[in-house]
Amino acid sequence: MLQNYLPILVFIVIALGMGTVMILAGSIIGPRRPDAEKLSPYECGFEAFEDSRMKFDVRYYLVAILFIIFDLEIAFLFPWAVVLDEIGTFGFLAMMAFLAVLVIGFIYEWKKGALEWE
Amino acid sequence: MPFVTPEFLPALPEILLAVMACLVLLVDLYFGRRHPSWVFLLAQASLVLCALLCIALYPEEPTTTFNGTFRSDGMSAVLKVFMILVTYFVLFYSKFYLDVRDLFKGEYFVLSLFAVLGMMILVSAASLLTLYLGLELMALCLYALVALNRESSMASEAAMKYFVLGALASGTLLYGMSLLYGVTGSLELDRIREYQSVGGEIDIILVLGLVFIVVGVAFKLGAAPFHMWVPDVYEGAPTSVTLFVGTAPKIAAFGMLMRLLVDGLAGVQGDWIEMLTILSVLSMAVGNIIAIAQTNLKRMLAYSTIAHVGFLLLGIIAGTRAGYAASMFYVIVYALMGLGAFGMIIVLGSKGFESDRLDDFRGLNERSPWLAFLVLVLMLSMAGVPPFVGFWAKWSVLREVVAADQVWLATVAVVLAVIGLFYYLRVVRLVYFEEGQEAAPLVCGTDVKVMISTNALAILALGVYPSALLALCVTALG
Repeated sequence: MLQNYLPILVFIVIALGMGTVMILAGSIIGPRRPDAEKLSPYECGFEAFEDSRMKFDVRYYLVAILFIIFDLEIAFLFPWAVVLDEIGTFGFLAMMAFLAVLVIGFIYEWKKGALEWE
Repeated sequence: MPFVTPEFLPALPEILLAVMACLVLLVDLYFGRRHPSWVFLLAQASLVLCALLCIALYPEEPTTTFNGTFRSDGMSAVLKVFMILVTYFVLFYSKFYLDVRDLFKGEYFVLSLFAVLGMMILVSAASLLTLYLGLELMALCLYALVALNRESSMASEAAMKYFVLGALASGTLLYGMSLLYGVTGSLELDRIREYQSVGGEIDIILVLGLVFIVVGVAFKLGAAPFHMWVPDVYEGAPTSVTLFVGTAPKIAAFGMLMRLLVDGLAGVQGDWIEMLTILSVLSMAVGNIIAIAQTNLKRMLAYSTIAHVGFLLLGIIAGTRAGYAASMFYVIVYALMGLGAFGMIIVLGSKGFESDRLDDFRGLNERSPWLAFLVLVLMLSMAGVPPFVGFWAKWSVLREVVAADQVWLATVAVVLAVIGLFYYLRVVRLVYFEEGQEAAPLVCGTDVKVMISTNALAILALGVYPSALLALCVTALG
């Protein structure tokens, strides 16, 4: 069974080899004449405008999470809808229970004001 | 594949708790502002209902339902009842703790209920999938609970550490599970066990999977050398959350260990006994010795937990039904003792004063002789001094280890337990024989005092009459 993975092993070895050789070659052969200007940080050729570790609004994060939850719900609903004929009442009720839990979550986020931008 | 409606009855306690947790969330949403106590009362009521249901549905025969993913047997029923009981006490102490510090939020109770639900699913798992589902439901709720006090940087740090290490542990566990699935072709624990019994020769990859599973479970239990998160989380989290993290999930982790190793991997028992032996000896050594150097009581009790986990593993190392029963007895007793010890920190605290340093216990006898006596009971029981129940817990696991011809292991355990005696007795000395500085007033009400007294006196009562609980554990494991 493990023989099937031989090409992958060969690929890993070649990839590692290529990467190592290129980086090593660059650092050995390439000329290197550093000075203060070259080593200083810059942004599009200018002096850096601001600290790269800036704060961003946590609300983006909240919206992203809420989006993921309700997006995944669709991922469940599509296959369920396709086989609805075969899974019968129990399959239907199971999905309803799942949706009910999601609805409770939705009520919670709405009431808590997670959907208001201000 | 035709869809068969599964039997819901064995899982009725879980279904009830899930519904009630959602209900509590909604009640908090609509009435939480005006009637904050409703959430608390409803949460407690649902726990009581759920426990009664567990007792009423006590299965004579192990039953498996939901396509072989959920099992209800004696062990799961007993563990569930005790987890719920412990949580009932936890929520009671928590309400006092949160009220005093203006941290009272309905979400606290909702998350606790969902965590209990996760634990119940965990101990009832008959398939790797259910097991993981329960584990994550429990763990995610606990991460959020640790971070409850957003203002505290200590709590945030603790939550971060807990989350990162917990995620690592889950990853390890999942990797082990994937290897098991790869070897046996099934997620059901019964199928996995059958595979080992018919296979004859044990696949080396199966043992590799076992290694990852043991590492993952050791992380969750907090066994050395995977214990690094325990002291930091215990110290950083709000005390009421420490109380929760340190008690009920330990019972659940025992259930998980039993499901995975005994139900699922009985065929490689020799291998996991060796691994657990190393974990157990290291845990007892690390826990008992490092605890001596602690000045913070929560940290000290965290190391004491690690030591207790080492002891708990001894019964499983014995590898017999009686050994498992002794371990089960140990974990239940430990949960009750931990409940009392952390509960005491909460009882003695007040607003802006955590009472979690050893010095805060100085001269407690002058302030409140009754509470001082309860501290004495709790500490001596943890140390394993007769006639308290902690002694019987230690005695029963040691007896099983000796019965399994591992006398050296029992000797090591006894020596380390004696070393551990030192730091428990130090607390007692501080309480009784040291002068207190300016005494912080006790603000707890009678109800909380009644709870902590019941808790500590139960330990005394069980110590005088331990055979009922021990017999219950033996019958539960059938």
